[in-house]
Amino acid sequence: MFEVPSLSDLNVGATLPVTLLALGACVLLVVDLFIPRERKSITAWLTAIGIGVSLVFSLLSLSGAVEFGSGELAFSDMYRADRLTDTINVAALITALLGVMVAYDYLERTRLQRGEYYILLMFSAAGAMLMGAANDLVIVFIALELLSIPLYILSGFRRPQEASEESAMKYFLLGAFASGFLIYGIALIYGATGTTNLPEVWDAVAGVVAEDSAAKFLVMIGAGLVLAGLGFKVAAVPFHMWTPDVYQGAPTPVVAYMSVAAKIGGFAALVRVFGMGLSTFVLESGAPAAWQDTIWLVAVLTMLLGNVVAIVQSDLKRLLAYSTIAHAGYILIAVAAAGTAGLEDTAAQAVVIYLIAYAFTNAGAFAVITAMEKDDASNTSLDALRGLASRCPWLAAAMAVFMLSLTGIPLTAGFVGKWFVFKVALQADLVAAAVVGVLTSAVSAYYYLRVVWMMYFEEGEGDAATPPALAWAIGVAAVGTLVLGALPYLLSDMAREITLAFGG
Amino acid sequence: MVPLWMYLLVAAGLFSIGMYGVLARRNAIAILMSIELMLNAANINLVAFWRYNQPAQVGGQVFAAFVFVVAAAEVAVGLALIINIYRQRRSVVADDVDLLKW
Repeated sequence: MFEVPSLSDLNVGATLPVTLLALGACVLLVVDLFIPRERKSITAWLTAIGIGVSLVFSLLSLSGAVEFGSGELAFSDMYRADRLTDTINVAALITALLGVMVAYDYLERTRLQRGEYYILLMFSAAGAMLMGAANDLVIVFIALELLSIPLYILSGFRRPQEASEESAMKYFLLGAFASGFLIYGIALIYGATGTTNLPEVWDAVAGVVAEDSAAKFLVMIGAGLVLAGLGFKVAAVPFHMWTPDVYQGAPTPVVAYMSVAAKIGGFAALVRVFGMGLSTFVLESGAPAAWQDTIWLVAVLTMLLGNVVAIVQSDLKRLLAYSTIAHAGYILIAVAAAGTAGLEDTAAQAVVIYLIAYAFTNAGAFAVITAMEKDDASNTSLDALRGLASRCPWLAAAMAVFMLSLTGIPLTAGFVGKWFVFKVALQADLVAAAVVGVLTSAVSAYYYLRVVWMMYFEEGEGDAATPPALAWAIGVAAVGTLVLGALPYLLSDMAREITLAFGG
Repeated sequence: MVPLWMYLLVAAGLFSIGMYGVLARRNAIAILMSIELMLNAANINLVAFWRYNQPAQVGGQVFAAFVFVVAAAEVAVGLALIINIYRQRRSVVADDVDLLKW
């Protein structure tokens, strides 16, 4: 009845970056047992090498220099290795590499140096990569869990510190709650269309809408529940409540990694599910997809809440947590734009450009907080920034770059990201969302620039320690932010050929 | 044969009970159990849709099996985290876990 596919049909070659990373993590899990406690730097190095090798393969695949596998589809149409997959792979792997570099010295000085940290980080990076490659709703679900479960553990990694444990429990309970929504939504879409394969869903949804059957409502509810499940992952209002608590309580290097990785994975999946699978869900002919209004409303709420609440924060980690909520709103505008027929590809490109710019900037900003933080997790308040510039001029300069980039000042990566997002929003006629985006960016300048002001123009005891690995991470992130901002065509060339596949 | 909508109704009811449980219960273990209800509601849906619409394929059934596996992994991690909290504070009630502003 069912044929067992042969190994050559699976097209494993096309999935090389993610399979290498996942297998590497499995091997490392065993190898780590034989590495003595005081020499865990070996594990860190091996992890960095594993991620590096995978990154090289992704870049080769992206540049088109080497053709891995035959064709785009792999693992019986479950996995799609296209341009979007490659760019998401690169973004996730760069984040993972920065995550390892930021974590190493922090783990050392807080006596947390355990091999699991790096291995969990590898697994969750593999989850983020798989979300970008999902060609089937099954993969969306499993990749989401592969991304999330290690992050739950990492948030609680600093046990028995209470704040860390508490953040892990909150993250876990709300995360599992959200995956309940996601899976229920997927079940409804499966019921309405009879398939979980995204291109087939695309086909079937067009039929469902044309027939005007009751199945239409199943798709509608299903899409809403999937949006809730993924919206939780990317911290969109009204599913954002966990973000400030988790980001404040979790160990700072974990936040540097997860604030970016979870967004990369979540938005990649949103683009895949809505841009690719449900873009034919058009209730009136000629109108944009039915979910477009919902998503841009969520985007507007997210931008407003994130930016306004960030103003009154006194803790730097909490402030940046609200800032990550705000940035989820900006990217959601681009996702909403994917609902207009013909703009799916441009919208996906804008999402990827924003994500890569955001990866360098946000990971860098949290890396700076890691440098400031004392061993007892104190010294992360805004006041701790006072006078940082006189004591650590380079660190303060890097932080200033990250803050300017988060604001979206020209010549930084953040500006390039916002430029493409707002451009696609205007093309899709989402003028209101774009206007709110620009206005809230102006509001955000207040709290981002206040950080810069405090570092440079106020007297204080601001101090930080930057051991080599951390300094490299901050340096790479700052240089990346500036280079991508000064040479915007690097990003746009990389993203230009992203197309979403349609039809069976 | 029992019509499809009855299965869907049971699943929707189970999902709603689970959601209510997550929002109303304060004990972390009870919240975890409610989440399990939600996942199993989705499973009923998947299997029912498979049986009625696509009996020749295995998609829905396999998906349900994946959900079991992931749910088991989630519970393993979740219980570990809750035990950690319990060791520190002798309580698993969500309201007592309030070090960070909610």
